[in-house]
Amino acid sequence: MTERLPPQPGEWIDRSRPLEFQFEGHSYSGFAGDSVTSALAANGLRHLGRSFKYHRARGIYSLANHDVNVLVEDDRHTNIRGDVTPLWAGAKLRAVNTFGGLAGDRLKIVDWFSKFLPVGFYYKAFHSPRSLFPFYERRMRNIAGLGAVNANWEREHFPAAYDFCDVLVIGAGSAGLSAAIAAAGLGLKVVVVDEQPRPGGSFNYQWNGDAAAAKLWAVLAATAASLDVRCSTVAAGYYADHWVALVDEERLTKMRARAVVLATGAVEQPAVFGNNDLPGVMLATAAQRLIHQFAVKPFRRGVVLTANDYGYRAALDLQQAGVKVAAVIDLRATTTDGSVAANVKQAGISIHIGHAVTFATPSRGMQGIQSVQVSPLDSHGQPKPSANIDIPCDGLAMSVGFAPADGLFYQAGGRMAWSEDLQQFIPKSAPAGLFAAGRLNGVYGFEQEAADGSRAGLAAAAFLGKSIEQIPADPERPKQSPTHPYPIFPHPKTKCFVDLDEDVHYKDFVNAAQEGFDQVELMKRYSTFGMGTSQGKLANINAIRILAHVKGQTVPQTGVTTARPFYHPVSLGHLAGRGFHPHRRTPIEGQHEALGAVFMYAGDWKRPSYYARPSVSPQEAIAAEVTAVRTAAGMIDVGTLGKLEISGPDAGEFIERIYTGRFAKMKPGTARYGLMCDESGVIIDDGLVARLADDRFYVTTTTSAAGAVYREMQRWAQIWGLQVVLASATGARGGVNVAGPKAREILQGLCDFDLSTAVFPYMAVREGTIAGAPARFLRVGFVGEWGCEIHMQACQAVHVWSSLKMTGQPHGIRPFGVEAQRVLRLEKAHIIVSQDTDGLTNPYEANMAWAVKDDKPFFIGQRSLRIIRPRPLKRILAGFTLPGETPAAKVPKECHLIIENKEIVGRVTSITRSPTLNQVIGLAFVSPDRAQPGTPFQIRLDDGSLVTATIVATPFYDPQGERQEK
Amino acid sequence: MKLLRCPINGLRPLSEFLFGGEVRDMPDTAAITDEAWADYVFNRQGEPGVRKEWWYHTASGTWFIAERDNLKDEFVRTYLHSRDASPTETKAT
Repeated sequence: MTERLPPQPGEWIDRSRPLEFQFEGHSYSGFAGDSVTSALAANGLRHLGRSFKYHRARGIYSLANHDVNVLVEDDRHTNIRGDVTPLWAGAKLRAVNTFGGLAGDRLKIVDWFSKFLPVGFYYKAFHSPRSLFPFYERRMRNIAGLGAVNANWEREHFPAAYDFCDVLVIGAGSAGLSAAIAAAGLGLKVVVVDEQPRPGGSFNYQWNGDAAAAKLWAVLAATAASLDVRCSTVAAGYYADHWVALVDEERLTKMRARAVVLATGAVEQPAVFGNNDLPGVMLATAAQRLIHQFAVKPFRRGVVLTANDYGYRAALDLQQAGVKVAAVIDLRATTTDGSVAANVKQAGISIHIGHAVTFATPSRGMQGIQSVQVSPLDSHGQPKPSANIDIPCDGLAMSVGFAPADGLFYQAGGRMAWSEDLQQFIPKSAPAGLFAAGRLNGVYGFEQEAADGSRAGLAAAAFLGKSIEQIPADPERPKQSPTHPYPIFPHPKTKCFVDLDEDVHYKDFVNAAQEGFDQVELMKRYSTFGMGTSQGKLANINAIRILAHVKGQTVPQTGVTTARPFYHPVSLGHLAGRGFHPHRRTPIEGQHEALGAVFMYAGDWKRPSYYARPSVSPQEAIAAEVTAVRTAAGMIDVGTLGKLEISGPDAGEFIERIYTGRFAKMKPGTARYGLMCDESGVIIDDGLVARLADDRFYVTTTTSAAGAVYREMQRWAQIWGLQVVLASATGARGGVNVAGPKAREILQGLCDFDLSTAVFPYMAVREGTIAGAPARFLRVGFVGEWGCEIHMQACQAVHVWSSLKMTGQPHGIRPFGVEAQRVLRLEKAHIIVSQDTDGLTNPYEANMAWAVKDDKPFFIGQRSLRIIRPRPLKRILAGFTLPGETPAAKVPKECHLIIENKEIVGRVTSITRSPTLNQVIGLAFVSPDRAQPGTPFQIRLDDGSLVTATIVATPFYDPQGERQEK
Repeated sequence: MKLLRCPINGLRPLSEFLFGGEVRDMPDTAAITDEAWADYVFNRQGEPGVRKEWWYHTASGTWFIAERDNLKDEFVRTYLHSRDASPTETKAT
């Protein structure tokens, strides 16, 4: 650790805990509390990364996550941001995006032929011949980019947490902590977050020589110790009603605040000049962070470029750290004769007022700098190259201004306005409950920031109803701006970088503007400035200045780009959370598992698709289940069906309005088919409507529509003001359907009532018991055999299922799944709503005019169906078959199209091989003039070939319905 | 995520609610022309301003009406359908 300084007051490292690690195959050591980058710097490494496009050498720039020069990876993680990732013992790191290692990266030659890679080259080059584009694209993606993803990654789980507070303070600097103290002092629950590992903000690195600042920090730190301050926590995104995504190493916290204070500070901005990206060139705050937080000497002999007093302080910091400060270059034509400048003079550092750095001379191999070229500025602020001087140095610290960290403020819906005095945007209006403070609010100076923080904290408390006698006015903003209006000194022959993430340099902006991409959002997309990992934190304001300059307009006329989440990159693992996927289970699920069920999802439900048998294919297993129902008996879990109780004096009227059929004269103890349409006459659901008493109905819905049907019924009941009570029994009741020629015999052995047709006819409903369990019995025929749906309390479902299975065993009863049920119902040509119908299907198209009774005053959809009915149908659902021995490969699938003269004239909605009829059967939408039985038509398969099918009359099986009704 | 005040259950996150569309009275189906009926069925009022909307609190099965400024995406107030808006209404957020 050659560059490690003696212990510094307030340093973050723990010298008692050394950590060994490797970088690019070499071993180094650092301390606990080091970031990856600071540990590398402590070991004398300057060249820490290669740039995104030109593969230029890069080093420390902001040391604050405002650039991504130092991106490293290990075998497990890629794109680790070295500046803010704590070093860990045994880390084996390498730089991303190099070919053959960091030092000898073979692709650094890209920098030399970069004139062939002009701005927007993605859009210009490699488009002809078109056939070669995939090749170019692969090459390009190889060369330009960040780390490689390890595809054999092991999944990491990140929990998500929910949290709540009265006031969320983002930023734990002078303003943030003062706001938190003010709000907490009034009894509010306050949470403070800061992305840095320690609170204090710029107190950590910018306080040097300021006794008053040190004293203020001591007071704030002591008071804040009792607050809920969460460090290493990034407020990554701001969403509606003060819902803020907080990201720390372990989790994403969804923080709901009642009010928010944004004290996010300001981001120090670089100057633009030739080779301003080389290792050794850095922001003054980066040098100060290195010295004060990590006790690392940033360079040996340095120059400070400044436009404010902060730069003078940085010069003193550097000198104190043993850096030989060769000169302070001040961009300003005149300077305040402040005490800081006097101290610098006294320290023997030469000061060049009204000068600029225009070029950094690279050291060997472009891996650092050996001097900077300094030019005096004329009265227009233009460098005079004739009077250049060269100052040897291996480092340059820049302090030319700040830009507010306003990403969250914009995301929250705040508006900013340009302050010409301050040369930065300051808040103009904020949504209710949001308060900006400190440097974000254009307030500079520790005391002033603290006062502004207190003001914001009190304002937040007042917003939350605390009585505050008087909220102080905004503190004064600085008379002389710390921010230079145009710290941009383009060098004619060298790249002057504006966006280091994306390797966008000054000339790119000029060219883009000349090519017509001279609106800020257009230029952003064309040049890609601000689109890199750090989202332009160091680039946006300079980009806007350059565009304004090129167009001869002001910064506010030029405008800003849109700030979107996230403020810092967030890992996909954090966003994915635990991969929570809820599903509903019927009470009988355990039984299905024991029987070898293969499950499928039906909406939220898990349902048995079929029951697997050893050495039997799924198709054979399904066919056997179908055959069991047709020849003996089958049982299926129908507990997923929607089950609604509708009662009250107006229940009958309600049913009449909801369903298309006629129910008024229905006798208690009977059931009817119910079809439901929406206002446009489109079928939305079907099921059974059973009348239990004059004022009590029990209806079933399809599995997937159960929730929506119940919801819409509730709404209609309110709108109509009818006296009805709706209750959903979907989850409370289990259901089993028993069907087949032996079903009645099996049930008779278990039930306490006579199941003969004379007493319990087709479409009857009654209460009774089965194996001692009370249940509701519905004589239905969905699968086309004698059948009975049994609905019982969920807790009795397993008992009923097991009893049926045991009693039915000698009769050959067999459980069947959803697949067999689909075959069985298709043999009967019963439609499945949303499979055989789509979002436009009306009952006439579904061949179900019989279910619509228009001779009643009203039902939902009636008015539309009255318009539709007289018009010619555009399509109709019809049954079809394929010739007997169609090979499996030539059987169409659902949604295959019907083709006539190369035009699409219809679509297959259901198709299956019927084990009962030993033939492929299906339903399809066809044009009405082609719907006569015997009409041939052609279906196109996946491979483009056509097969011929023939319309037949439906149902395919037992057309008279004798088997189900007998 | 936005917050919405259910008249029965108070202020809850938007993920607990479903949007139910604009509040519209169904016209008299016996008197209305085909064209006017089609307009009712298919067209919706989308212009900026304070709109009356149906919202459903899924956890409790509560339908209610929210008046929302769709330009600012701000809820103005919420109340049950059975009552007309009265001064005692709870503010939406």
